[in-house]
Amino acid sequence: MKKIIEIKNLRKDFHVGEVTVHALRGVSFEIEEGEFVAIMGSSGSGKSTMLNIIGCLDKPTAGEYLLDEINMSNMTKNELALLRNRKLGFVFQSYNLLPRTTALENVELPLLYNNTIKAKERRQLAINALESVGLADRMHHMPNQLSGGQQQRVAIARSLVNDPVVILADEATGNLDTRTSYEIMALFQELNQKGKTIVFVTHEPDIARFTSSSIIFKDGHIIHQAKSIDKLEARQILMELPVENGYE
Amino acid sequence: MNYSNLIKIAINALRRNKLRAFLTMLGIIIGVASVITMLAIGQGSKKSIQDQVSSMGSNMLFVMPGGQAMGGVQMGNSDSKSLTLEDIEAIRSQSTSVGKLSPVVRSSGQVIYGNKNAPTSIFGTNTDYLDIRKITIKSGRMFTEAEIKSAAKVCLIGKTVITNVFGENVDPTGLEIRFNSIPIKIIGVLDEKGQSTFGQDQDDLILAPFTTVQKRILAITNIQNIYASAVSEDKSPLAKTEIETILREKHKIKEGADDDFTVRSQDELIKTFSSISDILTVLLGIIAGISLLIGGIGIMNIMYVSVTERTREIGLRMSIGGRGIDILMQFLTESILLSVIGGIIGILLGIGAASGVGKMMTWPVIVMPQSVILSFLVCTVIGVFFGWYPARKAANLDPIDALRYE
Repeated sequence: MKKIIEIKNLRKDFHVGEVTVHALRGVSFEIEEGEFVAIMGSSGSGKSTMLNIIGCLDKPTAGEYLLDEINMSNMTKNELALLRNRKLGFVFQSYNLLPRTTALENVELPLLYNNTIKAKERRQLAINALESVGLADRMHHMPNQLSGGQQQRVAIARSLVNDPVVILADEATGNLDTRTSYEIMALFQELNQKGKTIVFVTHEPDIARFTSSSIIFKDGHIIHQAKSIDKLEARQILMELPVENGYE
Repeated sequence: MNYSNLIKIAINALRRNKLRAFLTMLGIIIGVASVITMLAIGQGSKKSIQDQVSSMGSNMLFVMPGGQAMGGVQMGNSDSKSLTLEDIEAIRSQSTSVGKLSPVVRSSGQVIYGNKNAPTSIFGTNTDYLDIRKITIKSGRMFTEAEIKSAAKVCLIGKTVITNVFGENVDPTGLEIRFNSIPIKIIGVLDEKGQSTFGQDQDDLILAPFTTVQKRILAITNIQNIYASAVSEDKSPLAKTEIETILREKHKIKEGADDDFTVRSQDELIKTFSSISDILTVLLGIIAGISLLIGGIGIMNIMYVSVTERTREIGLRMSIGGRGIDILMQFLTESILLSVIGGIIGILLGIGAASGVGKMMTWPVIVMPQSVILSFLVCTVIGVFFGWYPARKAANLDPIDALRYE
């Protein structure tokens, strides 16, 4: 299997006034193509810093990070932006959709920053992405006309549209109720089965049970790294969940 | 990012907040509209003054006896009898840029017909005078060279005089009036010229051969003024110098001594009046320009608010591959679009307002293409200038902080 993410002895320090905070103190791990990895840990554990570096939004103080066999350590800001545009897809806790902009236009957004894609192709790719998250019939809706789960699915479509090597989800179910969370996890599992590599940051052990492996951070170290033995199928749990009154 | 994507993104962003975009543009709209209107009014008044002055003969030159007065002190020989017919002959034979020449002698007095009388002036001239002053004859004829030679008692009269002594709509050609008891026969009527720029009634006159006025009314041999016209408008300054040189020589004025005459050209008058309305135009322009500046500050203000409000959006755009320059260009394009669209609306509104003011107040207004182009350019510059800092602030945001911004 191809290594999508390769991290070797990674360190990250922050300087807050005269105090130096060691957010990551020498972390190493690998994520292979087709994996669905949960990164867990309480706040202050370094998992957000890890996600920022994996997402090429931040650079490590020391150590190496190879994304799709490309070393990003010496890249300029603009090169990192290009890397994010071509290799990564982001899903955020608060969806971050542009208001008063249709679902379709929101999904098109990453491709607007890619000059090699013409308008017609851009539209088609966005339609395809929306179809793959099951929102073909909501294409021309504005975010405020969509439910939270639907908005998050638009955001997932947006992260898929540039065919990234890895999708990074940051607490992607944090704003959703249990049932919708499971629906979103079912969608992620589906995408994973189609071959997408997904890195899912969460602090809910409940949600992490749907992933194929997990990495647990504490105080800047990895304290636990294992393949899931009892991986749950979200689709199945969803069917067993009782349907509450007045809720679809 | 290419330009069409950039403009698409900017238009989408503006469309998301139509009312705010419009209110932001309002400053620019009002600013540009007032610049266009003010300049149109300024230019219109300048043009109308120029037209009025040149209707008196734009290439006209006027020679007075006596030197230049400075602060009320006569500088040089002030012999008011210094101009003679020989001077005119000298100018006529030596000058190349002077076209027509006429001596002028003038007398004030009462004009009498029947039981009516009125005060007026009689101007003694030669036949060139009509051309120089751009006076035309309504009916009858001009006096002839023969009549000048014989100092014939003939005259042409202006409309005001007719109204005063004959009444409205009377053609007095052929009748005989008396000017200071001297009977003169009317051979023609002058066309109406209206008021001059200085508020003078240009129709209150009697025109007669200069010899008649010299001999029969004033009993003098010198002449009071010389009116001349340059062969063309641009020759006017040259004609003025020529007249000065010829007259100095003729009057035997030593080098360094002051002239005993003064030459004025209509050209100078136009310049004086133009400079007054230029000042007016500049003042109006400055006021309008200030409102344009305030419009620009309005754009800057809103762009700052917009950047803060859309911090998360900026973070998102960066996370999906937007570079600093892309973000900068997006916000810059937004502010340029705001100011340019505002500018276009302002230009249209300004042209409309200018012609509206022109019609309602019957003021002459001229919308110059330069002022349209200028205000359009100013708008673009305002867009760039006032959009730059907010856009740079957006571009310099850290994507991680921006994404977490609440």
